[in-house]
Amino acid sequence: MAVILDLLVQGAQMALVLLLAPLLTGLVRKTKARLLRRQGAPIVQPYRDLLRLLRKEVVLAENASWLFRVAPYLIFASTWVAAALVPTFATGLMFNWTADLIAIIALLGSARFFLALSGMDIGTSFGGIGSSREVMIASLAEPAMLLIVFTVALIAGSTQLSTVSAFMASPSVGLRMSLALALVALIMVALAENARIPVDNPSSHLEVTMVHEAMVLEYSGRHLAMIEFGGFLKLLLYVSLIASVFMPWGIADHAAGPVEYAFGAIAYLIKLALVGVLLAVFETAIAKMRVFRVSEFLGAALMLGLLGTLLLFVSRSL
Amino acid sequence: MTPVAVLLWAIAALLGTAVMAVALSRAAVATQLVYSACAVICGVALLFLLVHLVGQPGSTTSLSLPLGLPWLGAHFRLDPLATFFLIVVDLGGAAASVYGLGYGRHETAPHRVLPFFAAFLAGMNLVVLADDAFTFLLCWEFMSLTSWALVMTHHQDKENTRAGYIYLVMASFGTLALLLAFGLLAGPDGHYGFAAIRATEHTPAVAGLVLALALLGAGSKAGLVPLHVWLPLAHPAAPSHVSALMSGVMTKVAIYGFVRIVFDLLGQPAWWWSLVVLFLGGISTVLGVIYALMQHDLKRLLAYHTVENIGIIYIGLGLALAFQTNAMNGAAALALAAALFHVLNHSIFKSLLFFGAGAVLTATHERDMEHLGGLIHRMPYTSFAFLVGCVAISALPPLNGFVSEWLTFQAILQSTNLPQWSLKIMVPAVGGLLALSAALAAACFVKAFGVTFLGRPRTPAAAQAQEVDRFSLGAMFICAALCLLAGILPGLVIDGLAPVTLSLIGDRMPVQTSIPWLSIVPITAGRSSYNGLLVFAFIAFSASLAAYVIHRFASRALRRAPAWDCGYPDLSPVTQYTASSFAQPIRRVFGDLAFRVREKLDMPPPGDIRPARFIATLRDRIWDTLYMPVVRAVNFGADHLNRLQFLTIRRYLNLVFLTLITLLLVLAIWR
Repeated sequence: MAVILDLLVQGAQMALVLLLAPLLTGLVRKTKARLLRRQGAPIVQPYRDLLRLLRKEVVLAENASWLFRVAPYLIFASTWVAAALVPTFATGLMFNWTADLIAIIALLGSARFFLALSGMDIGTSFGGIGSSREVMIASLAEPAMLLIVFTVALIAGSTQLSTVSAFMASPSVGLRMSLALALVALIMVALAENARIPVDNPSSHLEVTMVHEAMVLEYSGRHLAMIEFGGFLKLLLYVSLIASVFMPWGIADHAAGPVEYAFGAIAYLIKLALVGVLLAVFETAIAKMRVFRVSEFLGAALMLGLLGTLLLFVSRSL
Repeated sequence: MTPVAVLLWAIAALLGTAVMAVALSRAAVATQLVYSACAVICGVALLFLLVHLVGQPGSTTSLSLPLGLPWLGAHFRLDPLATFFLIVVDLGGAAASVYGLGYGRHETAPHRVLPFFAAFLAGMNLVVLADDAFTFLLCWEFMSLTSWALVMTHHQDKENTRAGYIYLVMASFGTLALLLAFGLLAGPDGHYGFAAIRATEHTPAVAGLVLALALLGAGSKAGLVPLHVWLPLAHPAAPSHVSALMSGVMTKVAIYGFVRIVFDLLGQPAWWWSLVVLFLGGISTVLGVIYALMQHDLKRLLAYHTVENIGIIYIGLGLALAFQTNAMNGAAALALAAALFHVLNHSIFKSLLFFGAGAVLTATHERDMEHLGGLIHRMPYTSFAFLVGCVAISALPPLNGFVSEWLTFQAILQSTNLPQWSLKIMVPAVGGLLALSAALAAACFVKAFGVTFLGRPRTPAAAQAQEVDRFSLGAMFICAALCLLAGILPGLVIDGLAPVTLSLIGDRMPVQTSIPWLSIVPITAGRSSYNGLLVFAFIAFSASLAAYVIHRFASRALRRAPAWDCGYPDLSPVTQYTASSFAQPIRRVFGDLAFRVREKLDMPPPGDIRPARFIATLRDRIWDTLYMPVVRAVNFGADHLNRLQFLTIRRYLNLVFLTLITLLLVLAIWR
């Protein structure tokens, strides 16, 4: 019985991230539009886009290989698995121990690996430019992310996200310098990883500036839907990550009752909305930077992460 | 018959095959015969070793033969460490031999490859079995020379001759360093047996000196920065299956030499050793991958990438040393297991990738990625296997490369309790370097796979490539399957490594195979766990679920059309991103670390119709700052000593007399 219940909760989490991901993106877009005094598309527009794309036929370039057709599903699947492993409304789910934080980051790395490859598959210059810039950004963002993971893991004594989240909710954490550094670095990395302003512009179709959009230029129909969905999930993943590590309030713990789960879900929704609105405000207030300034931006994140880790090596209480 | 005797018979069989290859060298059947013989011998030895590992874990047997120095004899010993490394050697040997069955058919000079191939395999096996300094050095040199002969297979090519020359110089230098190391270890009485060395107490000064010499000797063979310069020249020069052996296996034999000396023979380490090893490992990982990123020769890219992986292994070894000195044996066992796991992983996927590069070479006669492209259409099986290798080496889950890097990260997270301040600073810095190199490795292999196999063919040779034969494909798919197996069932490998860590450190990681769901748990379940099998199953399940749901309920319509490319598709394949242009952003960010980059833009003035040119030259900083001065000094000395060749007989007699007097004087003063 307990196993079935655990499975149900785990399944609920997988379904929840899938259902909420487009909503979060819709919320960010709507807020941005309102901040710019535009009416904006309704919040549910991303769902409509996805459904429309799914129903359309795929127009495939003549020399596309099997990799180009398989990659969208792989990207979607690995992002979904990663997103489902981050605690949202409850910790200690049945399969939480499958992958720790390092493995979750690496799963996103797998998704990016295939995305960058599919950008090069057709053999157009736009695909190449996108892939090439994407791996350059990733080569700085990923180590920065791992150093943030180190910082968090050293404080919590675990790389297991459930344990980290439970520890962060306990009063023994206190105010720490290293956590502040890690939070700033994590926000910077999250902006870069999700192709948000100031690193990349998610709504840009100007050739010279785009990174992510250039890679997926040749995709259409259901393939594009899968990749877009992967992108929504990734944004949700990073928001959940920030929420579960730095705002762990209200998360239900292992073997909680339905009331706690419901409470956790409501808390999670509030956190999502809060971070989403903050992201929109931030994006509206700042300009996109040149591609080669990105390395300085992410280099700063890397240094912050390293500093956070170093502080913990110097003293466990910093 | 003891296990050592069985393995020595296998080695004798390999040597016999080498002799047979000399005799048969020009016969048509020689290629098939030699490679089948090598494959069978290595395969049998591999099976025997696996059975030995499972059946008698931790057992040690030895044997001495009346060969070599008369008062010493030749000692051989099979302990857990040697068992593990022999498995790596024979696995790589068997795979390379199977590959050779197909690849070797295209060899233009088989008589230059076959005898040395078998002898090279025998040499690597012998080094690992050797149990006294004399035998060890002799076999080490035998291994170096046979591999040198293989590098010189196509000696008509100027570049190969240069590669062979540099390799020979560096190999001799390495052996010299090891010779001195063993001289110090043996002491003035000349106890060359490893058992005697192990029993002796070494003073800290001697032990430190031996560590430095072992780093020079084994490190130069393994390709540790800054001793790596020969490696990217020599490894690609050999035929591809030999490149696979040199990069995948011979560098591991070098690691074996280092582990044997430092962890086994030297006794209790001093804490600063780990500092040196970690530092060298850290810079090797990052510089190795940056060098690799800048290459457009596929085999050279792979060879440079070996430097990165050797760095990762040395980081693991350095961590193990650091924990061992501070009596944190559990963590030391974890770090050592991570390093050894990476040894196994790297030998598998680097062999696979070199086999793939060899297949591309067979199919197109091209190694330069700028002349390739679009091979995924012409060579579907090769490209699939190569892709598996790329994912594995980029440390992406669920394949094996990720597991060993994950274990290394877990070891790094154990190190906050180290008391030494310099280690407290060094370990997180090395962790950052490791993370950086992992991300750059993924970039490197997106480039390698994307430019070679994806896109449109850049030359007619690439457009007309043919899939390779089934032996080559078989060898590649065996390696690919092993990458997946070691990735999803890492617990088996970790348990297999337990006897090694027990014998060297006296502790082991927790038993993994009894953990439910076949997860791996390095310390305790609350700290960290990873389950490759479930990750693999989840990805496979959700990808198929998504594909099924969409094809069933949404749409399965598909239309082929010209590429979109923002409305301006260009038909010429030269407009694609090339290897150099792909790496350009990374060169701008990281290039200065390893290279002196000079970019020259030649823009003709308006009215001039000559095309504009952009030339970027990269000069290796390490070669320029460390090696060129030595080369210049040697040349200067040679030029000036040249005069001594043209003296009269009177002067020569004077010189001899003077030398004699000087030596006698030195002796007199010394006494």
